[in-house]
Amino acid sequence: MTQIPLLSVENLRVEFPTRHGVLTAIDGISFSLREGEVLGVVGESGAGKSLTGAAVIGLLEPPGRIAGGEIRLKGERIDTLSPAALRRVRGKRIGMVFQDPLTSLNPLFTIGDQIIETIMTHLPVSEAEARKRAIALLDEVGIPAAAQRLSAYPHQFSGGMRQRVVIALALCAEPELVIADEPTTALDVSVQAQIIHLLQRICRDHRTAVMLITHDMGVIAETADRVAVMYSGRIAEIGPVRDVIANPRHPYTVGLMGAIPTLSGDQQRLTQIPGAMPRLDAIPSGCAFNPRCAQAFDRCRRERPALMPAGEGEAACWLVHTAKQKAGEGETA
Amino acid sequence: MLAFTIRRLLQAIGVMLVVALISFTLFRYVGDPVNQMVGLDTSLEQREALREQLGLNDPVLVQFARFVTRAAQLDFGTSYQFRQPVVDLIGRRLPATLELSLVSALLALLCGIPMGVYTGLNRDSLLSKLFLTISLIGISLPTFFIGILLIFLFSVTLQWLPSFGRGEVVDFGWWSTGLLTISGLKALILPAITLGLFQMTLIMRLVRSEMLEVIRTDYIKFARARGLSQRSIHFRHALKNTLVPVITITGLQLGSIIAFAIITETVFQWPGMGLLFLQSVQNVDIPVMAAYLMLIAFLFVVINLIVDLLYFVVDPRLRVERASH
Repeated sequence: MTQIPLLSVENLRVEFPTRHGVLTAIDGISFSLREGEVLGVVGESGAGKSLTGAAVIGLLEPPGRIAGGEIRLKGERIDTLSPAALRRVRGKRIGMVFQDPLTSLNPLFTIGDQIIETIMTHLPVSEAEARKRAIALLDEVGIPAAAQRLSAYPHQFSGGMRQRVVIALALCAEPELVIADEPTTALDVSVQAQIIHLLQRICRDHRTAVMLITHDMGVIAETADRVAVMYSGRIAEIGPVRDVIANPRHPYTVGLMGAIPTLSGDQQRLTQIPGAMPRLDAIPSGCAFNPRCAQAFDRCRRERPALMPAGEGEAACWLVHTAKQKAGEGETA
Repeated sequence: MLAFTIRRLLQAIGVMLVVALISFTLFRYVGDPVNQMVGLDTSLEQREALREQLGLNDPVLVQFARFVTRAAQLDFGTSYQFRQPVVDLIGRRLPATLELSLVSALLALLCGIPMGVYTGLNRDSLLSKLFLTISLIGISLPTFFIGILLIFLFSVTLQWLPSFGRGEVVDFGWWSTGLLTISGLKALILPAITLGLFQMTLIMRLVRSEMLEVIRTDYIKFARARGLSQRSIHFRHALKNTLVPVITITGLQLGSIIAFAIITETVFQWPGMGLLFLQSVQNVDIPVMAAYLMLIAFLFVVINLIVDLLYFVVDPRLRVERASH
């Protein structure tokens, strides 16, 4: 495909300078999103999922900083924009949904105030038009009696309703991309599915691409087109969801899949990945996963694997490389 | 909200009654007022007649009831010292103190809040460090010293501003204001700064720490992620969330500014209530002390009531409506 991707991230590095030296939280990750595509980003806590989202939208908390790489939105670099120019990208072209709807809305302003202010910041409309748009948006995200609820305060809504308001807020200027950072983690299980379906439906209707950050493989399987598995600030494997779930190539992905309980209860025990993800100041040389990997060999400890084609996607694993070589040898022999 | 207001008003009346009891006890137990009023050569009969005339021989409860009824009608008796009705004395002094207090409180708010916001947002800038250093001085130097320092600099050395008094005043009925004449305004500057500096530093530090906290919350991050302007994020979304503690402290401080303007008024010879109170303490002028006590208590009660009502205005979560859930 020669078409320019909506979002392309090349070799992104995020660092945190500390007193004890510089910690590299995201270490050279690359991925891209097409228009209207849903990319799931999974991984354990601390794998750098949320940081990746924050880096894309330019909201890294200092002292965190982008130390290398490029982020392009429709071909235009956005990581080097001035703060003022970046502010016009945020909300207008890239929307964001945060984890906790209970704390993402300002408690002292009505939701109407918050939506109308956001609309008027980005679109050249009068207040009356903004109000009309706000009502339409609330209606679209499934808030009953939207016109009346405009003058309600966040504390008068339940958690699920508030997350609907948050989604309306993220979408109110018709962004091309929405970064949803664990949008359902803080919600009741019964509400989670509703919110995920809402997000999915609205983004499909508006042709909005979604970067869905979660640790819930089930959510990814249900909603995403492609999935990126992150480990220790690197992408371990990326590819179409069905392929990655059916044929995980990276041992970490294999472990992740094994750790998901199935409803049918076929498995006697859930497999467990031994050990824990390394701390940022103690990432082993070579493949970051090698101390926990049952199949690690010499090269894994020496040399860091890059993403290499595997199946329909890519995986950063030397096993993939050796398997290929063997296959190659087999062919020549 | 109406029920709340009524409840608070009833509480306020309770507080005022307790304060009245304390002021009343002053009459009973601090010295003998008759001794203060008469000369050494007054005969016992004359003393007794005066005692009877002042109602000092009645039962305690009757005296207290009389005190309260009179106080409710703003009648606090006659000053031992000046031989004038206490209400007139205080009424003449009240405008000076109120003007000084309100101007310095305003000064503290208008400088303290922006400085607090600035230092909260730009933690490492040079100006922030300068503000914080100044605020340290404001908090640690005693008021009278700051007053004397200001007099030395602006009155003695530069001769820009008067060192004492209120300047010319304009009368509106019983209220005399110094805000309408040049000399009155000039005379107000130094005492207002002296009195307000501590409050200003306090408010600045409070706003700063609240701001540091609020700026880290999710709703501010979300506001940033929606691309709202810096000004709106800082002065609308963040500042409003810092206001509840600021209102509390400002309210309490306004009470103390009025009640404890004494030192500043003494340093600048400001003809306010503080000066009157000091004189009345020196001369055991109990009616004045009692009335002063009642007045200050009343101001505190009123300010607290306003503060409580302001909470409702600022924070919708306190307006309990269970209708929509």
